[in-house]
Amino acid sequence: MNTSVGLGANAVRAGLSRGLIEFRGSMTNPQEVLLGYLMLPAMFLGMALFLGDNEAGGITSGMTIIFSGLVTMIAMLGMATTAQVIATEREDGTLLRCRAVPHGMIGYTVGKTVHILLMSVLAMSLLLVPALLFVDGVAVQGWTGALALVWVCLLGLATLASIGAIIGALISNPRLVVGLAMLPVMVLVGISGIFFPMAFLPGWLQTVAMVFPIYWIGEGLRAALFPAEALAAGEFGVAQLPLVAGVLALWTVLGFLVAQRVLRRMARRTSGSRVQAAREEAMKRAY
Amino acid sequence: MTSQMAAGRSRAGALASGIPAETVLRVSGLRMNYGSTEVLKGVDLTARRGEVIALLGPNGAGKTTTIEILEGFRRRSAGEVDVLGSDPDHGDEEWRSRLGVVLQSWRDHGAWRVRDLLHHFGRFYAPYSKTDHVRPHDTGVLLDLVGLTEHANQKIRTLSGGQRRRLDVAIGIVGRPEVLFLDEPTAGFDPRARRDFHDLVFRLADEEDTTILLTTHDLDEAEKLADRILLLAGGRIVADGSPDQLSSLIASESEVAWTVGEQRHVHATDTPARHVAELYAQHGEDLTDLRVSRPSLEDVYMAMVQRYESGDAERAADEFTKEIR
Repeated sequence: MNTSVGLGANAVRAGLSRGLIEFRGSMTNPQEVLLGYLMLPAMFLGMALFLGDNEAGGITSGMTIIFSGLVTMIAMLGMATTAQVIATEREDGTLLRCRAVPHGMIGYTVGKTVHILLMSVLAMSLLLVPALLFVDGVAVQGWTGALALVWVCLLGLATLASIGAIIGALISNPRLVVGLAMLPVMVLVGISGIFFPMAFLPGWLQTVAMVFPIYWIGEGLRAALFPAEALAAGEFGVAQLPLVAGVLALWTVLGFLVAQRVLRRMARRTSGSRVQAAREEAMKRAY
Repeated sequence: MTSQMAAGRSRAGALASGIPAETVLRVSGLRMNYGSTEVLKGVDLTARRGEVIALLGPNGAGKTTTIEILEGFRRRSAGEVDVLGSDPDHGDEEWRSRLGVVLQSWRDHGAWRVRDLLHHFGRFYAPYSKTDHVRPHDTGVLLDLVGLTEHANQKIRTLSGGQRRRLDVAIGIVGRPEVLFLDEPTAGFDPRARRDFHDLVFRLADEEDTTILLTTHDLDEAEKLADRILLLAGGRIVADGSPDQLSSLIASESEVAWTVGEQRHVHATDTPARHVAELYAQHGEDLTDLRVSRPSLEDVYMAMVQRYESGDAERAADEFTKEIR
């Protein structure tokens, strides 16, 4: 009767409700709503509405700004938020508490995934829905475009979240994590042709950018949002969606494999006295 | 389970039948090194089903390390450890479902409501429920048991320190554990909460046959709660016995105090009964305010720790274990 599959499934169900409860908790926390959901969408929407009228070759500057905003948000939510959450919850004992119950780590992982996913979907809709309605030129390119929008966002989030989890697990001080996770996010977004064409960059830097997933998320989203003829005429060229899917899938698999090992190691090293030590350390900093 | 088996396994049965209850926790030669520092230098201990054991010792003696090794949260350097038939380093999830761990909480799950969190952690135990051992505890009943019913819908970050600690205890026992580990459970409790907690511990040990291992700095608490007290100093168990056994060992002298007329007298003796009899024979009805005090657990503790600190721990430990066994 007690098969291990059944036991795991019970923990997965508990994890699902955990994610929903945490999401509800986030929604009722004004500070989190403001910083986590509203700030970035409002910023990019504002820019797009005020500066979005220029058009060159079938692409309005509004479209470019919304596109940059989407990629930035995927990167921030996936990498920086995940890294910070993991580091914080290891320090404050959340992880340890989950580890003390049977199959608790399954519950924790599922819960965290659901929570971050719901949060990201909400935050991105808050940017995308008003943009589709009010910003000139922003439109989804047919069914293929709509589909691409969904899978690029999900795959991109999954990839970056596993990288974020690795960063969060490796850095012990959660106050350092924000900075240390933001830095690579900013650099990668900067060199991946999200805010300005890559042609300005030296060739070797372009190659570096193309190794990392953010460049490919950009490629995918461009194909979803920009008309093909405009892309073909511009400096980006038409995106190779199958290639995008392949690279992102490879990154996701790699990320999951490494993240799983690193998180296991982190969980093994979590104990009450380490949480206690972190607490005393935090008290000394007095905040 | 037949009544005969139950008699052989449970504590109540053991008391009634004289057959010792089953051993659920066995540690021998446990060593722990952090780098070149040796924290545990060969700890031996056992616990039977339904026993309440208090682990005492100065800060840094290795109490928390010992508990964390038993909980499976820390890998030991050497020694044999058996908790409920498994090595904690390789304990599976079924094994974990039979343990309760009361953690020191800080600010985790601050946005959760008390009832939601307790219910959430209870869910993980449901697949391990058996007809004669239903898991988990009903959330409402458990909230009532730890006195948090009126705070059930409060967010955890709004609880006071003592209320949080009670929630920690509730989460620790939500799966109806067979062995419960508590690391300084009553830190920050007011006297009322402390009394409630003690009642809960008695209840768990007597009615549920839970084996409880707790650390504390409160010697009165240890004396009140524990069937057996272990004193950990210098990485070893330097004393192991019931509170009474320990008191009778440390200093053989009791203190007799009395008043005759206006005069208060104090006398230390190893035969207090005879001394009292002599006093009565001598003074008769003039003898008032008579008080005989045995050495307290605090005296035992201070003496042992002092011996350890003066570098005499090994001899002291040998002496004690010889006398007790």
